[in-house]
Amino acid sequence: MLRRIAGRISPDIVFEFDGRPIHAAPGDTVASALLAAGETIFRSTPSSGKPRGPFCMMGVCFECLVEIDGVTDRQACLTPARDKMQVRKQRGFDATASS
Amino acid sequence: MTHYDVAIVGAGPAGMSSAIEISQAGFTALLLDDQPAPGGQIYRSIENAHTDRLDILGPDYAEGKRLVAEFRSSSTTYIPNATVWNVSRDLTLAYTREGVSHGISADALIVASGAIERPTPMPGWTLPGVMTVGALQILLKAHGLLADAVVLVGSGPLIWLLAAQMIKAGAKPSAIVETLPLSHYFKALPKLRFNRPAFSYLKKGLLMMRSVKAAGVPVFLGAQGVAIEGSSRAEAVSFEIRGRMHRLPAETVALHQGIVPNQQITRLLHCDHRWSESQRSFLPVSDCFGETSVANLYIAGDGAGIGGAKVAAMQGRLAALRILEKASAVQNTATSELLAEIEKEISIRPFLEELYLPSAEIRDPKENTIVCRCEEITAGEVRASLASGVPGPNQIKSLLRTGMGPCQGRFCGLALSEIAAQYLGKTPASVGYYRIRAPLKPLRLTELANMGEAEVPQAPVKQELQK
Ligand SMILES: Cc1cc2nc3c(=O)[nH]c(=O)nc-3n(C[C@H](O)[C@@H](O)[C@H](O)COP(=O)(O)OP(=O)(O)OC[C@H]3O[C@@H](n4cnc5c(N)ncnc54)[C@H](O)[C@@H]3O)c2cc1C
Ligand code: FES
Repeated sequence: MLRRIAGRISPDIVFEFDGRPIHAAPGDTVASALLAAGETIFRSTPSSGKPRGPFCMMGVCFECLVEIDGVTDRQACLTPARDKMQVRKQRGFDATASS
Repeated sequence: MTHYDVAIVGAGPAGMSSAIEISQAGFTALLLDDQPAPGGQIYRSIENAHTDRLDILGPDYAEGKRLVAEFRSSSTTYIPNATVWNVSRDLTLAYTREGVSHGISADALIVASGAIERPTPMPGWTLPGVMTVGALQILLKAHGLLADAVVLVGSGPLIWLLAAQMIKAGAKPSAIVETLPLSHYFKALPKLRFNRPAFSYLKKGLLMMRSVKAAGVPVFLGAQGVAIEGSSRAEAVSFEIRGRMHRLPAETVALHQGIVPNQQITRLLHCDHRWSESQRSFLPVSDCFGETSVANLYIAGDGAGIGGAKVAAMQGRLAALRILEKASAVQNTATSELLAEIEKEISIRPFLEELYLPSAEIRDPKENTIVCRCEEITAGEVRASLASGVPGPNQIKSLLRTGMGPCQGRFCGLALSEIAAQYLGKTPASVGYYRIRAPLKPLRLTELANMGEAEVPQAPVKQELQK
């Protein structure tokens, strides 16, 4: 579990994660706000369906992919948290990288 | 397409230092970075850090304030939240920002995209609750978030730095499990050079270790057979030391095996790369100023080989000065001073590289350990394909889809080269690395469709800087 030692959650940034309201602090990314709210599972893998959560927090591992406002494959660790976002766990991948 | 004299990728110490130098000389500089604010890995979120957080993160972090302020006041066009996804050899470049793609061109390009953490394949490393040490540090630096019940696993200075920072912040890690074979200490000692920079690095390291021990954090040295246990998330870390098994409960497990250059852009451009036995990674080949095998393409900072933040800043300046020298055909005496200073600053590296050489276990993981996290391919499957005659990483990629997921091999590429080399009895240099193609990150068709229409939003971006 993570706790905040700086910054405060703001009543102005509340988004939904699979229907659950998540309160974020200014400067939070979707990933940091979710982790602070105790969520560790962000997606499931395409082949075995195993749960995954953020690994690198710096945009390189793509383990934090979620669906935001209907758009899949968004990196939660690079996406600033905004009020009223609709965030959902993602199953598998959509857009593919190069081959 | 907007044109700049120099385009720079990455707003860490290397990229910011380049930009300052270029813009001071009256040339136009564009700096693109995928983070919301300048600083790179070491100085992440430094502009928002107040006294208490500066105290927790320490003087090396606080030093970044000055550099970031100088960068902000320069005339550089700085575009945050911009991920570079393609670069061509004619030095045109494409990036995406908030779902829209843009293109620019430049006369010279400085790649200052820094380092990433080395892949650390081990049983259970894909479980939620397992992160990199860097990830926990980012949560602390950028978001003021602190994890409780953390076990830090692996080796490298960053483990001790994070532990010391966590202790200052009021949450000591439950344990440090160091995976270094003890023989590394004896092998590394003769490589120690005694000059001022080396002495200062060493002193810092020893003070960090002392503060961790003084706080009563249990430290396990020489751990082998590390595995993370848990069904749907991390629950415990198990390992063995001299025949004795240990099991430590953990809510969060943070892994680290040192850092390696982020090669995505230089690979995409087919720059020459060489294998560094001491850093156990591939490095882009460059001259002493950072110019790669592609003309007018420079590499600076940890992306050129791990040297640390001070060296990164100096290399950034050096590449910029070289570009200016070439443009004006006037020699600059500062370049030779910088070269000498870098030489002194890196004299600690041979010692650190020998000490923190990743252990055999990480380089040659067990059969059912996942190597490619995206496509869930195990070390055993990789070896089986090698056994059937597949010659190297690119053919394994076509056969097993390793490196074809969204991370594009960032977190398996090096591991795969090591496994293949070990299995075939060759060197990683001879088995090679994945070929990297654009786009460097998954793109939606709509992002591509917008490409070309939209120019760089100069005015709005400048306004954003004022905020
Ligand atoms: C996770 C992590 C934590 C670290 N913490 C410390 C620390 O606390 N203290 C310390 O002394 N050293 C630390 N280091 C070492 C670090 O590499 C420093 O030596 C220093 O930050 C290197 O500076 P740089 O300018 O070369 O690159 P960086 O500071 O890494 O900056 C590179 C920048 O480029 C961006 N980038 C990369 N690819 C793209 C792309 N395609 N498009 C757009 N932007 C891109 C990155 O997001 C980053 O902002 C850390 C390294 C890592 C990986
Ligand atoms: S956590 Fe690694 S990309 Fe987001």
